[in-house]
Amino acid sequence: MVDFLSSLRSRLGGDSTTDPTAERRGPRLLRNAAKKAKGVASPAKDHNDSDPVVVELRAALTPDRVRCDGAERSLLSRDASVFDGGVSGPVCFPINTAEVQAIMRIALKHERNIVPRGAGTGLSGGAIPLGAPIVVVVTKMNEIVEVDVDNRIAWVEPGVVNLDLTRYLHRSGFHFAPDPSSQQVCTIGGNVANNSGGPHCLAYGVTNAHVQALEVVLPSGEIVMLGGLDAEPAGLDLRGAFVGSEGTLGITTKIAVTITPNPPAVKTLLLSFETVRDAANTVSQIIAAGIVPAALEVMDQRITIAVENYVNAGYPRDAGAVLLAEVDGLAESIVIDAKRIAEIGRANSAIEVRTAADEAERAALWKGRKTAFGAVAQIAPDYYLHDTVVPRSQLADVLEKIYAIADKHDLLVMNVFHAGDGNLHPLLVFDGREDGILDRVHAAGAEIVRVSLDAGGVLSGEHGIGVEKQAYMDEMFTADDLAHQNRLRQAFDPGCRTNPGKVIPIGHSCADIQALRQVPKGVWA
Amino acid sequence: MSAKLLITDPVLLNFATEVGDSGPVAIAGNRTRWDLGGPATNGTRLLTAPTGIVNYVPDEMTVTVRCGTSVEELHQALAEKGQRTGLPERGGTVGGALVVGENSLHVLGRGRVREAALQIRYVSDDGKVVTGGGPTVKNVTGFDLPRLMVGSLGTLGLLTEAILRTNPIPACTRWLRSEEINPFAVTSTVLRPSTVLWDGTSTWIELEDHSAAVDAEQARLAAVADVVEVDGPPSLPEHRWSMTPGALGNTNQFGAGAWIASVGVGTAWASQKQPAVRVEPGVATLSARVKEQFDSRGRLNPGRTAGVR
Repeated sequence: MVDFLSSLRSRLGGDSTTDPTAERRGPRLLRNAAKKAKGVASPAKDHNDSDPVVVELRAALTPDRVRCDGAERSLLSRDASVFDGGVSGPVCFPINTAEVQAIMRIALKHERNIVPRGAGTGLSGGAIPLGAPIVVVVTKMNEIVEVDVDNRIAWVEPGVVNLDLTRYLHRSGFHFAPDPSSQQVCTIGGNVANNSGGPHCLAYGVTNAHVQALEVVLPSGEIVMLGGLDAEPAGLDLRGAFVGSEGTLGITTKIAVTITPNPPAVKTLLLSFETVRDAANTVSQIIAAGIVPAALEVMDQRITIAVENYVNAGYPRDAGAVLLAEVDGLAESIVIDAKRIAEIGRANSAIEVRTAADEAERAALWKGRKTAFGAVAQIAPDYYLHDTVVPRSQLADVLEKIYAIADKHDLLVMNVFHAGDGNLHPLLVFDGREDGILDRVHAAGAEIVRVSLDAGGVLSGEHGIGVEKQAYMDEMFTADDLAHQNRLRQAFDPGCRTNPGKVIPIGHSCADIQALRQVPKGVWA
Repeated sequence: MSAKLLITDPVLLNFATEVGDSGPVAIAGNRTRWDLGGPATNGTRLLTAPTGIVNYVPDEMTVTVRCGTSVEELHQALAEKGQRTGLPERGGTVGGALVVGENSLHVLGRGRVREAALQIRYVSDDGKVVTGGGPTVKNVTGFDLPRLMVGSLGTLGLLTEAILRTNPIPACTRWLRSEEINPFAVTSTVLRPSTVLWDGTSTWIELEDHSAAVDAEQARLAAVADVVEVDGPPSLPEHRWSMTPGALGNTNQFGAGAWIASVGVGTAWASQKQPAVRVEPGVATLSARVKEQFDSRGRLNPGRTAGVR
């Protein structure tokens, strides 16, 4: 449906036809958006407003929360990924479960597709609307409904921002463990859809481990409660199947998340090395020694320097790689683990092992890691962030191959990644105006996926499949495996109308093709 | 499709042939939970799942194991490298532990069963070997079939092989007992106990960490109450109950006879049976649709329904 390369091209304004004197990416995108907006909005406005679906949606919500204007639709035709080619239909902003249910029923009645959406920070194109669907934005459902310390859960609406929950819980001594880099803006509903991770998921587990129950509006319009607060809820674990389904099984409207007690003691270590290989070997030896740190993050020299220039986190500029290791728990316990981590680092030729002296230094070290992607903007206008996982023992070898792949395609690659669980995030940094560069980015990306799979890895550790990695799914799964994933999809969404064209490759999911062919006529296309 | 995805292990292929593509069929493990989910339909062909540890990579903290292997045998092999899994040791097989989904007594320290399965292989209703999930400790590639299989009672596919997450066995494990402590306050005194059990009179606490940390935790407890070291947990009454952790305090619900509650978890064991827990109608309907998709002819473990106790 969405071709990777043509998508990149159209998003970045094309490579071969680019005028070298053109503005940088930001203004160009805005100009494109304005052009598109003009294309759909001005002659078509009346048609949109009189579309019976829009009329019914406006009656079910309020007129101001169902938008058809070109600017809104254009804005929501993309997410934080490099993918273009999305076309949004009416955009709805429901404020409660009943409204989401009403939207689902209207969609069902008119055989229209639905795409749920949180903050739109996804990196694999999972929230991109294909075929002018009704886009359901849950950001106005952003209430922390209840915090239940006895049961160690919080009920939240899907639009609650990840970090807002942790901030809210701070005084009671708890936090929400999944901490993706986008946590200042991403929503918990989006975390559920993508089974999001983050640096501290090494010890605490990704989102699925922190979701106990979900209120879900199914594509049929039925409301069900999946999972439960019991120790072992009866029946199939449909909660577990829903988390990470990338918005293809329904829309979650209320979530019971586990709240985790803040650890009494934390130690954050910064280890610097001559080479990325030394850092990677240190990581796999820490794990092999039976230590489960709260986080183990590696950054190579290129990203370290970019971060230092950007926020002055206190990273050494001359090291080939830095390892950020954090241990938390009892004070008596973490001194032992921290000492052992330092020893393993030194045995792998660490140049320096430094322990953050206070909370301010610890915060600075983490700020550097969490702003790494922002820092990259200073180096080149465009980047493409990958996400694969390899066995930890393979980290050093696979990283070497990734550097070689980038060299071969004459591209700059930076590596900043969740080393503790083998989750690589190679960042290809480029200027989209350069001739032929997008072909090289695409080719290098494909090779990175392949070396990761060859090393015994998987396609995605936390960003999801979306439209980005559909084409690679049959390199990890057989046709039968994919058919079984599709069985799950069909049980929830027999018409494949909820976020069609995602995750499962189109050829393995015939109903999706059908759903996408039913693009509403006329003005939405 | 890449050629390396083809399953060549003759043990799995032979098992798939045994399952075939017609007639009612189920796996019998060690039958420790044979009565769960309703009575098996008469005439169901009973098979034994393949056994053996296929690939144990201690440094990666993963193990590939065939599902007929007993959890004890698996844990013995892992213990040689100082590791274990979240699967309960109650006399059953790996496959049985997964499809039943009951957590270990030590769930706070070892994690839930549903978090343990990284990749699963099962034989489908039409006799094919299907793989869900992936071999790495972190993975969001595609739909989460491993979680769907945990607790499915073998009604969606017959589990043959799994890649499990392993965990390090802490340096020191110590059980303490106190007659004075408020079990619900234990977690505000000690961090991350592996188990807290309470029978209305005594509280048992399992601490696991470096020995210096366990000593410190014990001292913190001793400062608020008399505690003694004991060999291990008390013996548990017969019937397993599941509720919210906050509901354990209402001890009248257990009726006459002995009971022991797992504080912070919501599991309890009592001499009386827990009143039937109803699956919400909407969820039951959705579960039936899942069953219809995965086994439209109803040949896998017929008679059983996940969630029926």
